[in-house]
Amino acid sequence: MINEAAVWAIVGLPLLGGFLIIAVLRPWTRSLWQASASVGIVAIGGAFALSLWALNSVRGHHGESIGFSPHSWFTVGGDVTQGAFELTIGVLLDPLSAMMAVVITGVSLLVQVYSLGYMRKAANAEDGAFVDYPRYFAYMSFFTAAMLGLVLAYNLIQAFLFWELVGLFSYLLIGFWFHRPAAAAAAKKAFIVTRIGDFGFMLALMWLFSHRGEFLVRGQNPFEIPDINSAAPLLSASLVTWAALGLFAGAVGKSAQFPLNTWLPDAMEGPTPVSSLIHAATMVAAGVFLVARMFPLFEASSWVLNVVALTGGVTAVIAATMALVTNDIKRVLAFSTVSQLGYMFIALGVGAPGVALFHLLNHAFFKCLLFLSAGSVHHSVQTFDMRYMGGLRAWMPVTYGLTVIAGLSLAGVFPLAGFWSKDEVLAAAWSISQLTPGTGAGVVGQATFWLALVAAGMTAFYVFRLIILTFHGEFRGGIEAVPMADRAADEAHSHVHKGESPLSMLVPMSVLGLMAIGSGAVLNSVIELGPVPAHWFSHFFNEPSPELVVWIAGLSMTLVLGGITLAVAIYGMKWFDLARMPKQWHMLNRVLDQRYYMDYFYETLVVRRALFKGVFLASDWIDRKVVDGTVDLVGWAGRNTGKFVGQLQSGQVQAYGIAVSVGVITLLWTYLVRS
Amino acid sequence: MLLSALIFLPIASALLVLVLGETQQRARQIALTAAIAELALALVAFVGYDTGSGGYQFTERFDWISAFNIQYLLAMDGLSAPMVLLNGILGLAAVLVSWNVKDRPNQYYMWLLLLQGAVMGVFVSLDLVLFFVFWELELVPMFFLISSWGTGRREYSAMKFLIFTFLGSAFMLAAMLTLYFSMPSGERTFDIMALVGRDMANLLVPTWLIFAGFLIAFAVKLPMFPLHTWLPDAHTDAPTAVSVMLAGVLLKMGGYGLLRINAGLFPEQMADFASPLSIIAVVSVLYGAFIVMRQTDLKRMVAYSSVSHMGFVTLGIASVAGTGTSLSSVGMNGAALQLFTHGTITGLLFVVVGLIYERTHTRHIPDMGGLAKQMPLIALGFMVAGLASLGLPTTSGFVAELLIFLGTFQVFGLATALAAFGVVLAAGYILWTAQRTLFGPSMARWGSLTDARPVDVAAMLVLIIPIFVVGLYPSVLTDVFAVGIDPIMAGFSLVGFGG
Repeated sequence: MINEAAVWAIVGLPLLGGFLIIAVLRPWTRSLWQASASVGIVAIGGAFALSLWALNSVRGHHGESIGFSPHSWFTVGGDVTQGAFELTIGVLLDPLSAMMAVVITGVSLLVQVYSLGYMRKAANAEDGAFVDYPRYFAYMSFFTAAMLGLVLAYNLIQAFLFWELVGLFSYLLIGFWFHRPAAAAAAKKAFIVTRIGDFGFMLALMWLFSHRGEFLVRGQNPFEIPDINSAAPLLSASLVTWAALGLFAGAVGKSAQFPLNTWLPDAMEGPTPVSSLIHAATMVAAGVFLVARMFPLFEASSWVLNVVALTGGVTAVIAATMALVTNDIKRVLAFSTVSQLGYMFIALGVGAPGVALFHLLNHAFFKCLLFLSAGSVHHSVQTFDMRYMGGLRAWMPVTYGLTVIAGLSLAGVFPLAGFWSKDEVLAAAWSISQLTPGTGAGVVGQATFWLALVAAGMTAFYVFRLIILTFHGEFRGGIEAVPMADRAADEAHSHVHKGESPLSMLVPMSVLGLMAIGSGAVLNSVIELGPVPAHWFSHFFNEPSPELVVWIAGLSMTLVLGGITLAVAIYGMKWFDLARMPKQWHMLNRVLDQRYYMDYFYETLVVRRALFKGVFLASDWIDRKVVDGTVDLVGWAGRNTGKFVGQLQSGQVQAYGIAVSVGVITLLWTYLVRS
Repeated sequence: MLLSALIFLPIASALLVLVLGETQQRARQIALTAAIAELALALVAFVGYDTGSGGYQFTERFDWISAFNIQYLLAMDGLSAPMVLLNGILGLAAVLVSWNVKDRPNQYYMWLLLLQGAVMGVFVSLDLVLFFVFWELELVPMFFLISSWGTGRREYSAMKFLIFTFLGSAFMLAAMLTLYFSMPSGERTFDIMALVGRDMANLLVPTWLIFAGFLIAFAVKLPMFPLHTWLPDAHTDAPTAVSVMLAGVLLKMGGYGLLRINAGLFPEQMADFASPLSIIAVVSVLYGAFIVMRQTDLKRMVAYSSVSHMGFVTLGIASVAGTGTSLSSVGMNGAALQLFTHGTITGLLFVVVGLIYERTHTRHIPDMGGLAKQMPLIALGFMVAGLASLGLPTTSGFVAELLIFLGTFQVFGLATALAAFGVVLAAGYILWTAQRTLFGPSMARWGSLTDARPVDVAAMLVLIIPIFVVGLYPSVLTDVFAVGIDPIMAGFSLVGFGG
């Protein structure tokens, strides 16, 4: 049985590692970058071991948490039982946080080992001045610590604290190459767009606090997660609805769901291992985690659950369509991530958090692997643009094989990991539509079922488009073929190197490959598998075991195979020439390529025109001309009055003269307004 | 005599530096010694303040002008103790950031130390007349520092600052005298301790008139919309250290006055006026933030962000309009904490802007870019200040804003929600500014610039330390502030959830 100090150490080890790197190693060993990497890897390895211990400890608790009580951090406003503010902090160790901790530390460990190889290449790059690997490994450690702090948080404010820190390290890592204008812009965009969601999170905190009376009569704290969840069915409807909706806004921002989905593709400007850890496996799943964490609160409002499901369904399809036409391999994967997160929200919205978490787990493995494969490809061809790839399987057989495995898993091909969880999502959506036909939840279940099915077909298509464009056909030249105008400043002298990536990259990728194959079939098997009982994952979360619905599985497999066939036909066999498609197709293509003009709408119309050249300009003008203009006018009048009555007055009294006149006006005005 | 020492140590040092500090080196040695000693004294006072017994401590009471019952009355309570500490911290930062002043260093440091002493007097005076004297005394050094050591339209800005504050002071003086003379002749006093809790209903003059007089004086200083336009001009044209002091402690005098006098002496009027105050707060927050977005001068940008962030103080104070269970002291505590945190955070922002200006000789944002490469430490300082300013958790900015929002939301839901959106806008302008100045490709014209020297690092650290200490362990301040806020809240009917 794990003790509380050891759970804190899960957060503390990477935190300590980060400080050690940034404060002790970095000032001295900038050239010995392996030293910082080792510290980071050892720290996260320790956290991984502790997380496994934690996971083992919560097994057999039947979905309950291990009762570590929280500690009071500070109070404001007097007596807490009378409604003062108290921040408590603690660790909430239950199946959810234990599983998340294992996934986060495990993936982070693999990604950091991979970085050993991947970043060495960059360390030899020509603009050595900007290479600062201690900083990289420190940020990675800090990020991991913040993410672990978020999932283990006992108190919602504590969770918000780490939630924001996760965003900070995402910002710092997206902008790691801050000399690139695109990276600096993308980092800022990611932070601001997610903060719009966090605004909702903050409103939820205010809402909870202003209704603290409902908690105080039960002797509970309005911010403690177990208290909120246990009280949720008894709380007033308005409290539950608005609190859940506010938290969901935070989740929408963090998990890049529609309409806050625009930041994630740009975030691909960060180093590729960062994309795989933060923007595929962990941070973007934080929104899913948050809803799962507060699930009893969401469950208490069927209205909010429907919003969650529909948001997921719409996002799943929209993002998948964007992935169909994208040429940048990382951005295809980014859209895919958004789409798959949509699946998880569908599962949450139809009342199946265990299913959402199962998909989160499988997705973490195969999507992380896909990103690492993209990094491996970049290691060779130095570009992410698939138009300049092709034929890479000739010299990257391992990367090729692993990409195909991860791709099939993402597409949801039997019997790989993605198949099982995707199928559970579909089955969950379908079953709610059958259980409660005609109700809001039933209709939503039906709608999201079809949306998810459509997205499944498209997923298979874009995955195989990606595989074929990258690894099949003729090699199209890599970075050397990219026109200078399209290259970043530091890519100007890059060269293709035809060879497989080093073992430090391939080994972590292979581990993820094994998970991408087996995590679905083994962890939540439909039949008993020797040491692993059937439906282990569902039982671990104390959730009902999902049935394998054969017709749903058959239907989705048919669509998946259809998508694969179409991709092979177009990009592999070249049976159709897309350039000769009718005009309408090109228009559609353009709309998808421009991401439905969402960025245009937000950045150009809203931010630049309506705000910067509208509201902000007007405010600035009013301030200079009207508010300050009045001041100058009063001053001018004062000076001239002064000249006029100059013989009667001396300097100081002048000022008081103005004072009196302004004072009288103000007082009169106040008096008139009040009466 | 601790509080007198706090006031007169900088003032005596000011005279010393004027006489002995002929050379730059000698002047800054004396000033630095004085600032360190002052910070040490402030720490002694802060730590020495016993929160367990609370109330007024270190009291010094002497008759001054007995005909009008005016006293030399100094004391410290939970509200002033953190402000004293803040003034000590900012004073040291201001001296450190003035390391390169070459023009008449002895006079420069004299005014700077005099300024610190006068502000200290404002925070520990418990007699209205004495309070007013220090309040006015602070104008003199400010005027000369801006007009003689400033840049740009420095005479205009100095005069504008002077006139604005003077106008405000005129209202305060009138309010003070009216208050005094409208009391029955036997009970007339300027003693704030004696005035707290006194029934202000039966004065000869309508109480709200007196209340309004004080309010205007403090609203100019804070500043609240629409009385804020002196601030960007004063900041832009002031030397770095003066901007640091102005943002760090002078604006806080306005918030301190609102708490100490408007809320402390006139709770009934305060509660009545809270609704308009909440609107002024929202306008200050949002309008200030909108204007920040259009600024191309780094100092103007930070100045307008101050207008925006001081709106949170106003909002937190407005929370006293709550009744019954919706009234809590959380918002008021948040407002008091925001005074301290904004002082350190914005002080740091001005330090960093000053360091950048010292190197690039420009504050024009479009001329900059990629500075993080040449000056990583200064960039780090900017990021710490910026992230604290946008309310990132683990920094003190987050704690103060969270308390203000939590405390006020129940009373003014819409206003608080709108003001909270200011946090999103803050993320926008801070990160956009960082992107344009620090990030992007490094520019050839800034290739030869150097990073922070040890003395610059010291100036930043003096402010970074409290940002994180308060951010991680807020009790260090909130427990002290609570002792000072509780008697003020007693004036508002606090019922609570159990009652």
